[in-house]
Amino acid sequence: MIQLLAFYLFAALVVASGLLVILARNPVHSVLWLILAFFNAAGLMILIGAEFIAMLLVIVYVGAFAVLFLFVVMMLDIDFATLRAGLVKNFPLGLSIALILLAELVLGLGANSAGVLHLGVADGNAAPLAGAPNIEAIGAVLYSRYLFLFEAAGVVLLVAMIGAIVLTHRERSGTKPQNISKQVARRPEEATVNTQPEVGKGVSL
Amino acid sequence: MIGIEHYIVVSSILFVLGVLGIFLNRKNIIIILMAIELILLSVNINFVAFSAFLHDLVGQIFAMFVLTVAAGEAAVGLAILVIYFRARGSIAVDDVNRMKG
Repeated sequence: MIQLLAFYLFAALVVASGLLVILARNPVHSVLWLILAFFNAAGLMILIGAEFIAMLLVIVYVGAFAVLFLFVVMMLDIDFATLRAGLVKNFPLGLSIALILLAELVLGLGANSAGVLHLGVADGNAAPLAGAPNIEAIGAVLYSRYLFLFEAAGVVLLVAMIGAIVLTHRERSGTKPQNISKQVARRPEEATVNTQPEVGKGVSL
Repeated sequence: MIGIEHYIVVSSILFVLGVLGIFLNRKNIIIILMAIELILLSVNINFVAFSAFLHDLVGQIFAMFVLTVAAGEAAVGLAILVIYFRARGSIAVDDVNRMKG
């Protein structure tokens, strides 16, 4: 009973906040609704025992991602009213495309309920360990069979990080940064020395 | 009783909402990026639901990779957005085609 209640709560909230993400007037509100959507999706995932992905969703999306979005939205000084100008004009087209997509999905579901296609069964190679908690089972699979994919995901993140840094990095004029090669190339012979010449005697330069 | 169908319905509604968001806010690229995130979230819900349904963890593993790619995509997308704004002073997607060359 409580599962039923929780499912409908999470499902209704995720759909409602998803709707508000695309309809909110202010993009900051959109980001906040997106956070709520991710939270409720994480709830949906916890309900079916996928705690690890749910926690990942909360940490990665709510913790890092939404903050990134909020930073960008607040950093850029944008007149959002002009950006919304096309909303009414685009509404019929967007709605018709969305309805077509929904009709296709409903058709698929209806066809499924009429008689399911048999595509074979899962091979059971990645079946969860009996009695192990979700995170342990995922670790056992992820760090053995999918190790190279896991490392490839790390490379994807690295490339994305380098790309983002390279794209947004800019050379500013007027700053006085450290010149490392000049520092390293310095020799004692050409350094400034402290001398105390007598009166009337010059200094050698 | 909650079955796999319920999860598929939720994720398909979310997917359609994401597509609708892309078409509704065609000028505001920030909302477009968020709509793409909604689409990827619905895909993730689908993966996890089927993973639980089939008692196979591959779905959850794959959901993690979807998450990774989504994070990379958003980071690079927002970086492009920032330099575009720096260069042009607006983020209207309509005149992005002037970016070429």
